[in-house]
Amino acid sequence: MRRLSYDGVVLTAPVTVPYVRYSQETAHWWIARGLRGVLDRAGMRPQELDGFSVSSFTLFPDTPVGLTQHLGLTPRYLDTIPMGGASGVVAARRAARAVQAGDADVVACVAGDANRIDSFRRLLSAFSRFSMDAAYPYGYGGPNANFALLTDAYMAEYGATREDFGRIAVAQRDNALRNPDALMKKPLTMEQYLSARPVSDPVALFDCVMPCAGAEAFLVMREEEAERRGLAFARIDGTIERHNAFPDDPIQLRGGWAMDVDELYEMARCAPGDIDLLQTYDDYPVISMMQIEDLGFCAKGEAPAFVRGHDLTVTGDFPHNTSGGQLSVGQAGAAGGYLGMVEAIRQVTGEAGPTQVENASKALVSGFGMINYDRGVCSAAAIISGGAA
Amino acid sequence: MTSPLQPPKKKDPQKRSTVPTLPPLGRSRAALGLTVAAAEGRFALQHCAECGTVQYPPRDACMQCLSIDLDWRDTPAGGKLIAETRIHASPDPYFRERLPWRMGTVKLDAGPVALVHLHGDVARGDRVRLSLQLDKAAQGVIVALPTERTDAMEDDPLMRSLTAHPRHRRILITDARAPVTLPLIQALLKAGAAHVFVGEAESWRRWPGRDAIAALDNVSIMPLDVTDADSLQNLAGEIGGKTDILINTARFIRPGGVLGNDTVFARDEMEVNVLGLMRLAQSFGPGMASRTADGTNSAAAFVNILSAHALSPDPGYGAFAASQAAARSLSQTLRAEFSHSGLRMMNVYVGPTDDEWHQPLPPPKVAPAALARSIVDGLIEGLEDVFCGDVARDLAERWRRDPGVLERELTGGGS
Repeated sequence: MRRLSYDGVVLTAPVTVPYVRYSQETAHWWIARGLRGVLDRAGMRPQELDGFSVSSFTLFPDTPVGLTQHLGLTPRYLDTIPMGGASGVVAARRAARAVQAGDADVVACVAGDANRIDSFRRLLSAFSRFSMDAAYPYGYGGPNANFALLTDAYMAEYGATREDFGRIAVAQRDNALRNPDALMKKPLTMEQYLSARPVSDPVALFDCVMPCAGAEAFLVMREEEAERRGLAFARIDGTIERHNAFPDDPIQLRGGWAMDVDELYEMARCAPGDIDLLQTYDDYPVISMMQIEDLGFCAKGEAPAFVRGHDLTVTGDFPHNTSGGQLSVGQAGAAGGYLGMVEAIRQVTGEAGPTQVENASKALVSGFGMINYDRGVCSAAAIISGGAA
Repeated sequence: MTSPLQPPKKKDPQKRSTVPTLPPLGRSRAALGLTVAAAEGRFALQHCAECGTVQYPPRDACMQCLSIDLDWRDTPAGGKLIAETRIHASPDPYFRERLPWRMGTVKLDAGPVALVHLHGDVARGDRVRLSLQLDKAAQGVIVALPTERTDAMEDDPLMRSLTAHPRHRRILITDARAPVTLPLIQALLKAGAAHVFVGEAESWRRWPGRDAIAALDNVSIMPLDVTDADSLQNLAGEIGGKTDILINTARFIRPGGVLGNDTVFARDEMEVNVLGLMRLAQSFGPGMASRTADGTNSAAAFVNILSAHALSPDPGYGAFAASQAAARSLSQTLRAEFSHSGLRMMNVYVGPTDDEWHQPLPPPKVAPAALARSIVDGLIEGLEDVFCGDVARDLAERWRRDPGVLERELTGGGS
């Protein structure tokens, strides 16, 4: 059966609550600020909001149910997307269907997480049962070690070099220098990237994101509702979502995008060449390379050559992770899964300010989440375009 | 290649001993199957009884057919190392002290993929042999080993942490008169033990075989009586700080059922076999437990020898079997108490031994040298449950299958 389009539903009011490396504040506090940000932009009071979608790792002992009472909301649509890096795309596509069906008028999608000293270690220790049983006892390297193994296998299989990964990190730092909210403020050279302190070979310091606190948010509503409120908006051209793809692959060299990519472009009625900018989920550069391949920008195994042949900066021929990505902005827990979506909405609505890509009208946002054991389980992607287009 | 371990320098008593830390301890109930197999030195994984799928990590249902009929079966241990990393940063205190730490991804011939510890002599692309071992948290972990023996491979720091290898360690055997003691001393010295202390009760009583033990190099006979708390206190004061492995060979055994005997021998059996173990653990256990991270000759294991009839009694040795069941129960409590320190509690289950108290029984009986070999192999392999001899292995297998049927068989109900 042909999938319904998302006609008439839009994404709007992108908000980033600037990140902080360590903060005593709670997830509730960060989510409240993100929510306040989007409601202010729409001119809404919390009591008027009838849809709420939350992603957070650090709400315990609360759930989004507790948040409704905590924040004074009375929604008729309440969702929680526990998919880490895939949360932004998945929250958007689900909220869009709810609005399209009339189950909610306006859905606020918010992701936010706290980061106290030592909270990252404690978050890791209760991440998943397979991690507890079969990953942590082996050196407790956390996601760094998991991605080191994927990177090692990727390099061995496709001949990628550390320098190829470095191109992604260096270009993103370049982009981040335009973004006043990025935690990383200093330029990064290839020499610095290559000589950085090893974290889990072949992964070194600048391949890793910095855990921090922060929030990201946007609103989903009908197009005429956005127009009525005077909000610039993005249309959703197509989306995909997949979990536990290719379970028989001995090690992850591709993600769920490879299963669904044809459907994505078919639904969006466009091709990779029509995309003006790409936001990949970049918890490690190897994952961005996999997305560049699996989303059809080059063939499998050719991403190293692709990044050598393209300029990935805001002003380049292949703008990628224009805000600096998690590698340079920071990873605020589940908000890391919203970073690309929120930046993409800004880009296609012309609101990106210092990181604005010229004539950006069509963006591809990709999400990837949750190392349950030895690989990321969730993948998702969306193509969005500016309301004026 | 692994570099051979050098004998450690004499310890500076002024220096603080490293406090033992443990690797991550938490496991799901399903994952404890790995620990049980590791304790016995088997490589077992979860198999689906319906469709035969071998799966890892352990689950509560089959990932192919959703059957909940899963059991642990011995599994081919071959595989290929398809990715590796050297971890330089970890928030876990145990691994932080041991960085960098190597681990990798192995595609098993049996199907699943496992994250594993890496022996120093394996690298990406290699064929490997997997082994389930108990780590310092007394949980089962998978280790990738070279398919062929390499030089000094047991000296790899990882293997030292996963085994209780006697090399460079100082060992106390509690009863010099036990038939197993002489062959055990010889096997331990051959395996590289630095020194063997041998306990002797009632030293004024002459006994054959004493001269043979006294004549050995790196062996000292010490006064020790497991029924006498003072003698234990004195000896622990003298050598408790350098006892790396303790092997309890003291045992009192008399044949006979329950009805035809008074309680005199039963009392002696309890006194030596149960309370003796308890006294030994109380006098040596805390000191050993505090020294499990003390370098090359760190404390590693407390070994107890049990009759396999600790699992289900032989009515011909009624009170003795009761003492063995009690000793087994006690040793399991000790295992729990030691598990917070990384000290291993190894139970060696043995069938009838070839000695005067089993003289009228038919073979097979376990020769002292065979028991000694099982103990030393268990230490080298890092086991916690060792079944020595055909009788013990057979009894354990039947006990696992159905303890009720085993009891009836042993008490004359079976044919």
